[in-house]
Amino acid sequence: MAEASSSSSGYPRQVVYCGVCTLPPEYCEFGGTVKKCEEWLEENHPQMHAKLYSQEAIEQGLSALSVDAQKRAAKDAEKKAAKAVAAEAKAQEQRATSKVLIKRIERNKRKYVTAVQGLEAFGLDIKKVAKDFGKKFATGSSVTKIPGGGEEITVQGDLSDDIFDYVVETYKDVPEDNMECIEEKKKKPAS
Amino acid sequence: MFKKDITPGAKSKVKSSAQRGIRSKVLEQYPLLEPYIDDIMPKKEQLDLVKLPDRVSLYTLGATPLFFQHMDDPLMPHLTLIHRYPSCFNRLRIDRGAIRFVLSGATLMVPGLTSPGGRLPDDDDDEEGIYGEEELDAGEVVVIESEGKETACMVGVLKMGTEEMKKVKKGQACEAGHYLGDGLWQLSLG
Ligand SMILES: [Zn+2]
Repeated sequence: MAEASSSSSGYPRQVVYCGVCTLPPEYCEFGGTVKKCEEWLEENHPQMHAKLYSQEAIEQGLSALSVDAQKRAAKDAEKKAAKAVAAEAKAQEQRATSKVLIKRIERNKRKYVTAVQGLEAFGLDIKKVAKDFGKKFATGSSVTKIPGGGEEITVQGDLSDDIFDYVVETYKDVPEDNMECIEEKKKKPAS
Repeated sequence: MFKKDITPGAKSKVKSSAQRGIRSKVLEQYPLLEPYIDDIMPKKEQLDLVKLPDRVSLYTLGATPLFFQHMDDPLMPHLTLIHRYPSCFNRLRIDRGAIRFVLSGATLMVPGLTSPGGRLPDDDDDEEGIYGEEELDAGEVVVIESEGKETACMVGVLKMGTEEMKKVKKGQACEAGHYLGDGLWQLSLG
């Protein structure tokens, strides 16, 4: 099985990783998303798919285990699959209830920044989104920590409406109904 | 070590003097990487140090993780590095039955290595000599491969020498260091 690895010619070896579960495809069978993994492999690496999911390969895998171990492994796989389904459902529910807040904040007289919170709940990498905002609106845009935990994107300028439209258009996973624009009044200076 | 999901901490540049130090430590621990070290850590490129929870440091080249280290323990290779240069590390093999336990972060037990599907150094069934002839001592870093698979699934530190494993055939073999699908594997460095 590991013949190729005894010789060190052709290093570095190129290893394919599964587009669904991220593991090398030969390990997909141990995760909870085998079905999706198999579909991905068939589409993206048909040769590897033919090898890994052939009847022969499956029988070989099973023959290496005792009947008892097979049963336990099957039960384990079932549990994992159920977990994966539950996790997906939870993620979906979270997406349904999460809000994206776009805040207009007055910094100085007629100088505004726009803060955007909550995009990470929709599976977005907010560092990348911050970069996108900066490019799209040709302005400063960065990820900053929120006091009390979490991070938000801070964009220089009064861009609430533009950002709203851009997000709706660009990131299809964020439903328009879950977005809200608000205005944060400048705090009066203490005493 | 990384059973839970982790969020990367502060990232900093490694000074060139420190970078040389890491390079020589890597070669000291993994001399077989010598022919490839310039590809792995090009002299002119900047290594970064990413702080991880529980005093673990991760050395990266751009978005590619290379080695991690708990305090001053030995440097351990990231699994993607092992996958690129598999024969440059001490390797053992577990039987198929043990794979799912390793992938859930359990401590690897000796029977997974001593059973017919497993491989230890100086193993009569190891016709290609992949698993070496020299016995390994407790405390050594080992890469764990799997019966019927080409890529490694774990890297860890031996809790028992391989010679003793062959004698007692039970007990804990290797602590879960870094395994496929763990927090370090899932870490996004982009
Ligand atoms: Zn997969």
